[in-house]
Amino acid sequence: MADAEPRPEPPAPPRTIYRHRVATRLWHWINAVAILIMLGSGLMIFNAHPRLYWGIYGANFDHPWLQLPRWPGWATIPAHYNLALARRWHLLFALVLAFGLLLHMVVSLINGHIGKDLRLRRAELAPRHLWADFKAHLALRFHDPARPGAYNIFQKLSYIVVIFGLIPLAIFTGLCLSPGFNAFAPWLLELFGGRQSARSIHFIAAAALTLFIVVHLTLVILAGAINEIRSMVTGWWRVPEEDA
Amino acid sequence: MTIFTRRTLLVGASAGLLAGCDSVANNPLGRKLLLSDEKLHQPLQRLLIGRTARAPEYRRDQMSPFFRTNGTRKPDTPAYQALLDGQFADWRLRIDGLVERPLALTLAQLRAVPAQTQITRHDCVEGWSAVGEWHGPRLALLLDAARLRPQAKYFVFHCMDRFADTPYYESIDLVDALHPQTILAWGMNGKALSVGHGAPVRLRVERQLGYKQAKFIERIEAVASLDGIGGGRGGYWEDVADYEWYAGI
Repeated sequence: MADAEPRPEPPAPPRTIYRHRVATRLWHWINAVAILIMLGSGLMIFNAHPRLYWGIYGANFDHPWLQLPRWPGWATIPAHYNLALARRWHLLFALVLAFGLLLHMVVSLINGHIGKDLRLRRAELAPRHLWADFKAHLALRFHDPARPGAYNIFQKLSYIVVIFGLIPLAIFTGLCLSPGFNAFAPWLLELFGGRQSARSIHFIAAAALTLFIVVHLTLVILAGAINEIRSMVTGWWRVPEEDA
Repeated sequence: MTIFTRRTLLVGASAGLLAGCDSVANNPLGRKLLLSDEKLHQPLQRLLIGRTARAPEYRRDQMSPFFRTNGTRKPDTPAYQALLDGQFADWRLRIDGLVERPLALTLAQLRAVPAQTQITRHDCVEGWSAVGEWHGPRLALLLDAARLRPQAKYFVFHCMDRFADTPYYESIDLVDALHPQTILAWGMNGKALSVGHGAPVRLRVERQLGYKQAKFIERIEAVASLDGIGGGRGGYWEDVADYEWYAGI
């Protein structure tokens, strides 16, 4: 009799997959620290003259397109007004940010991160797919059950925009704020429309990066913060049960 | 609830990072590391720029309609007032230190030296910029006349303005001193240099930030090292705050 009783299936062990290469993880964290320091010290530098202009020149008697109150101490590095030290932080970590990104781009090109993981496929860009993925996001489903390790299309697009668009834009507009660099590449300064335009674009790029960070962290939390953060530390990611 | 805690953790972690930055800056080793940015940027920039690449120059119609003043608007010493009252007739520009032939030039003599005009951008370390037209002789011409000794590596600009009791000063090295756009400006925007902008003479070193553009100059001293001058870091703001001596960035 006892033998006839069907045995309950043992629960399937949670499936884990190796999702992030060591190069990606290393760059992610180095870059995360660098970006936070750049934002904090950048806001302190902004506090020294919290007005933005378009064009070559711009000072107190010229017309700013944006004028903001000073950023509070919790958002700035250092916490108390100190332009000199903020510059030290900003210029030191600018090197970490720029050379880190350059190295990441080269390594990612070689190890296939760019060619495989970030590559956009035509089918993904079809309106029907975009709409379906958008609805999946609203339902908090972020992974294709067939290929759970792959980035979804919005992930790909946002990573591409950040890595190849916003961070390089912040770096190049930042370089154009240096009078020494201007002597080396006056054409780049002209491309951005003059030093005060470059300063404005630098600030806009930083604001866009901040927006990315907020959305990125929100999605990390919605997708399961512990699993996501662990995968960016160890590389191993547990496939969510509804997908397994 | 868990989400709230995780979010608090993340926000807390980044706030902790920002606060941690201040404790790094207060620690002697951290401070040393932090202040090393200049040691990386200066050689990198010098490598990129070279000795003679020029700062951008602008057209007349690209000039700031109003060029604001900053720093000392007027030195508040009786000595400066006396010079100003005499229209700088008693002012002398001394060029001394490691030179074969120390000079003491009157303003008339300085104005007799062949001058150049350049419309350039003045970038304050705070972030604002103003475009103005500067007029004066190349510093290199005057240094040639004073005949530099081979040991001369830096040039210290001693100024007549005081911050509390500390005299303002700045310094540059040979590369910038001999640069074709480095001039001693006695004219600005077609007029004699105003008091607010550093009368009678200010430095223009166009590939660096505003605080290097010393105003109210009375003496240029050629030295082998910046040790022992002021606080030893090569300039007033470098001494009293942590501003970079190399202000090309």
